Amino acid sequence: MKIYATYNIKGGVGKTTAAVNLAYLSAADGDRTLLWDLDPQGAASFLFRIKPRVKGGGQALIRGTKTLDGAIKGTDFDRLDLLPADFTYRNMDLLLGRKGTHSDPKHGEPKHGEPIHRIAHLLQPLAGEYDTVFLDCPPSISLVSENVLHATDILVVPLIPTTLSVRTLDQLTDFVASFNGHRPQIRAFFSMVDRRKSLHREITTDLWKQRPDVAQTAIPALSLIERMSIERAPVSAFAPRSQASRAYQSLWSELRPAPAP
Amino acid sequence: MAPGLQEYVLGGGDETGGAALRDALEPAFSVVEDRGSAGARRLTWLDTFDWRLYRAGLVLAHEQARRAGRLLLTASDGTPVAEQSAPAAQPRRPTLELPAGPVWDRIASLVSPRALLPMARAVSTASVTRLLNADGKVVARLVTDAARVSAAGCEVDLPVRLAIAEVRGYPGQARRAARLLAEAPGVSAATQSTFAAALQASVAVASLLLRLLDTLEQNTDGVLRDIDTEFLHDLRVSVRRTRSAIKLLGDVLPADLADQYAAEFKWLGDLTTPTRDFDVYLLGFDSMAASLVAASPADLEPFRAFLARRRAREFRRLAAALSSPRFRTVTEHWRKALVEVRDARPPRKTKSSPNRPPTAADLAVSRTERAHRRIVTQGRAIDQNSAPESLHNLRKRGKELRYLLEFFAPLHDPVAYRKVVSDLKQLQDVLGEFQDSEVQREELHALADAILAERAAPAATLLAMGELAAHLAESQAEARADFSRRFTAFASPAGLQRFTTLLGRADQ
Repeated sequence: MKIYATYNIKGGVGKTTAAVNLAYLSAADGDRTLLWDLDPQGAASFLFRIKPRVKGGGQALIRGTKTLDGAIKGTDFDRLDLLPADFTYRNMDLLLGRKGTHSDPKHGEPKHGEPIHRIAHLLQPLAGEYDTVFLDCPPSISLVSENVLHATDILVVPLIPTTLSVRTLDQLTDFVASFNGHRPQIRAFFSMVDRRKSLHREITTDLWKQRPDVAQTAIPALSLIERMSIERAPVSAFAPRSQASRAYQSLWSELRPAPAP
Repeated sequence: MAPGLQEYVLGGGDETGGAALRDALEPAFSVVEDRGSAGARRLTWLDTFDWRLYRAGLVLAHEQARRAGRLLLTASDGTPVAEQSAPAAQPRRPTLELPAGPVWDRIASLVSPRALLPMARAVSTASVTRLLNADGKVVARLVTDAARVSAAGCEVDLPVRLAIAEVRGYPGQARRAARLLAEAPGVSAATQSTFAAALQASVAVASLLLRLLDTLEQNTDGVLRDIDTEFLHDLRVSVRRTRSAIKLLGDVLPADLADQYAAEFKWLGDLTTPTRDFDVYLLGFDSMAASLVAASPADLEPFRAFLARRRAREFRRLAAALSSPRFRTVTEHWRKALVEVRDARPPRKTKSSPNRPPTAADLAVSRTERAHRRIVTQGRAIDQNSAPESLHNLRKRGKELRYLLEFFAPLHDPVAYRKVVSDLKQLQDVLGEFQDSEVQREELHALADAILAERAAPAATLLAMGELAAHLAESQAEARADFSRRFTAFASPAGLQRFTTLLGRADQ
């Protein structure tokens, strides 16, 4: 089971649209795919027409009184399931940090009992059921995002081509480098790019030269991507031949694992 | 068919039915046809001649769609069990094994040593309709499947089958859709008919014997073509059951019919014994050879070759008899006589004979009770000093009771039936072990004499056969020691009470 997370400290950078479209393409490739909408705003759940509600709320999931398995909903697309958002996720930091949410160290897995490994631990039982998991994280630096960083194999970071975004990417890279043990691989990509703006052109060109971990595909700022909230579906589902769909396909071909020889 | 909560069939044709389904579902859902979903599949259902998979609650199909082949194993309710890829070409010949894979792993022990035969073919066109909630989300799917099936030389359009497929996380919506579907005009649940308890006894017995004759005739061709060993086994079982039914229930048939055919079926039974005996040896040969301690399995190889030669000789005799005019006459005349009984008009009630004729349920109770009483009496008389014949006779009585239970199984309460059959089976197993060991040991001696006379094998083979005989004597002694424990359980107050409960219910 390969775990991807779309993450940025800033909001409104195309994180959820990336998670929805990449998860859709992963399922279309034949992988059993799960998208966990961790953002209490529930945008990914909305885009799949699924109510942002989990029985017992985030507390039941984090405490383990309800399993993730029981909260999963099938989307309208083959092999793609969604674990919906819930408004109680806004308190997830508190839930993750609270005593009593940890595994008992006497029964092994002391490492997973630590608050920062809780999400990784919760996902473990799904390994037989899914090939790929996407975590759509809320924008912030918190115990939730730290959990996600520890659970993830590939951290997908959307970047709007501005100087400040580039600086944020550097901070994130340093932060991940400070981890002991497992470190996610960082794959950034430019999002909401407007080729008419010279600043966008300059920053993308410079950063591609400096950082090989930035994907060559840039997702342009297109009204069709904004239209997802009207169509309530991934762009590749309602406009498969569009420029937007082709851009996400190209990005996914850079990010997905290389096919077995 | 996709897995669903419950399958339904749609009468009255696809065109009018489609609108009725939409009308039924639209109050609760938006109904949208999934245009990309329709597709034709060619299906070939595979099973053994005696439907082992079907009886184990499994369905195996080879599916050819978009020039690729797959083997799909599902439970009878459509739940997927295993799947493996397969050549695209539809299977046409009997096969003793499938390519290695998850499907074969699951069924190998179940079907072996029987061959898998193509039982029926179909071209099926499935289409999917999406059922949406108020948010436009797919919460269930209606799967319709129209199939044209060909089997045994006929082609039939099956009624359109319908199922509601659940979307994960929306079980309530799927149940709701299934409920609305069940109430739609022209839709009925896919179910099967049952046996009528009120059937007149003679009609029920004639129908039963006709079914056994069907089985016998269905297996004859497989025996003659020597497809696998189980055709002969099943043919023998149908003969044995026919003989028991004639003996235990034949008196309700018209005068002399039972007596006349009892001898013919004995001839048929005896005819098949030698070939089957050699089959049993050859099927169990490897495990028998593996049980050797002093001798080596290789020592037994000349014995295997000897058995195969003898089997071929006996099979030629059997095939000649099954192709003979006598066999044809027996089966044809027997069928004609039974059909006459089955289709005869029921006797009318008159003032001189006001009693109704006995029913199948009456017969089930009286004969099953009698057979059970006989076992209990004979079994109680057996002790440590009884001759082996007394156990052999008890085994025969056990088989008779088992057949009676099976003949009338549809009349019994399924739970009570299972308990009684389970008690009886335990007793039968130990009696079977006792007698089979003895018979095989005697045969082994006779075969050793024959091998010696023909100089067909070296001394090492005879020594290995001696070791086999010793194993058999050991199993027989163990079975004998086990008998009293098993019988005490069978005839215990609890066991007797289970039997009374069974017959009490059959009588209602």
